[in-house]
Amino acid sequence: MSFDNAYEALVADHAEGDARWAFGTGFDDPLAGVDTAVPSGVDGDDLAAYCLMLGDDALILSHRLTEWCTRAHELEDEVALANIALDLLGQARMLLARAGQTDGTGRSEDELAYFRDENRFRNVRLAELPGGDFGRTIAQLLVFSTWKLAEFSRLSRSRDPVLAAIAAKGVKELTYHRDYAARWAVRLGDGTDHSHERMQRGLDEVWPLVAELFTAHAVQRRVVDAGVGVDPAELRDEFDDVLGQVLEPAGLRRPEVAPMGRVADRAGRDGVHTEHLGYLLAEMQSLARAHPEATW
Amino acid sequence: MVTAFDTGVRADTARSVAETVTDPELPMLTLADLGVLRDVETPEPGRVIVTVTPTYSGCPAISEMRADLHRTLTEAGYTRVEVRTALDPPWTTDWISDAGRRKLAEHGIAPPGRAPHTQQGPVPLTLGPPRRHAHCPNCGSEATDELSEFSATACKALRRCRSCSEPFEHMKEI
Repeated sequence: MSFDNAYEALVADHAEGDARWAFGTGFDDPLAGVDTAVPSGVDGDDLAAYCLMLGDDALILSHRLTEWCTRAHELEDEVALANIALDLLGQARMLLARAGQTDGTGRSEDELAYFRDENRFRNVRLAELPGGDFGRTIAQLLVFSTWKLAEFSRLSRSRDPVLAAIAAKGVKELTYHRDYAARWAVRLGDGTDHSHERMQRGLDEVWPLVAELFTAHAVQRRVVDAGVGVDPAELRDEFDDVLGQVLEPAGLRRPEVAPMGRVADRAGRDGVHTEHLGYLLAEMQSLARAHPEATW
Repeated sequence: MVTAFDTGVRADTARSVAETVTDPELPMLTLADLGVLRDVETPEPGRVIVTVTPTYSGCPAISEMRADLHRTLTEAGYTRVEVRTALDPPWTTDWISDAGRRKLAEHGIAPPGRAPHTQQGPVPLTLGPPRRHAHCPNCGSEATDELSEFSATACKALRRCRSCSEPFEHMKEI
């Protein structure tokens, strides 16, 4: 069988209604058939808000990493960044679907990703930091995956079986992401004067956003008490230890910079973001908003 | 009236039908070879519940797999087909069957080794080049290097053979 283009091949032999899987919205529910009951003693709204935080972290960094497609310095790294972005997108889809189930609104992952405004996003500001410089992206990915791996390792013991399963799966993926970023950090840090300088600068630019990662939001404190969430403050020691294992052989210095300010003690988890998120969402959401309900 | 005998026979039949469905991205492998097909139940005549598990969180093929299972079982005469997703326990390459490993190698993809143990405490960082070994599927040489832990699909790494100089893919252990 021959086709004029790749898209024809993708839709060939598919029953009506399931021909969109590779290139559009209309994916089926990533949690189809999973038992989605909320565990006893857990507030559904809190669990949903917590899932949004975790889901938005993954979604926004995933989008940032896909911006490297067609722009990375060599094919292997372009493929690596796209693969990492795809893993994060998969985590985001399940977490957003879980959020829509537990808050009683029944919103789908697409509604949450495409039809919320900037101040409704709950990701940490680190995730929205622009790429454009490979050293900065590696620093961002190293910090993010080290922190997130420590969080998901603990979350795999959550009382919410769905969150625990998403986290256990994510741990295997984040292990690869962290190793990739760590190896590049050492290679650049311990490379030429120029690569060292660029890697150090990337780290310096990311570092003001590190403190926020370990600051618990009220929702996080409540889900910790309910046995379904992880206290971010608990992750700091493991994070510092792993970063030390990377920075030392890389010859990089741990930046000493002031944390980025909060606004009336609010930051990413409260929907207060840097100016970069609005541009990111404009690109990510414009098509879905211009053609709501469209299928193709 | 449905007897246990009837449902048992039907479960066997439904299972053998489900086991013919192949992976959309690795069509030489069935979903059963891959360990993605976890369970097939027939609680009553005409009804079948299939349970699958995704390989990676972002695997774009999972909805295609679900649709293929649904279609194949419907064509085999099952009127009520339900495909469920199980996330726990997470998929591991250790579930790939011996037949699946053989077919991968025959098609130029080095099969995975044993998956790393899940251990208590922090996940160790691996800074050095990964100490995985893979035989070249083209010439059988053991002298192969990893070029990248990421390749054309989420589940594969890219390697190169020092003996025959051919690049090849390796299904990485998770």
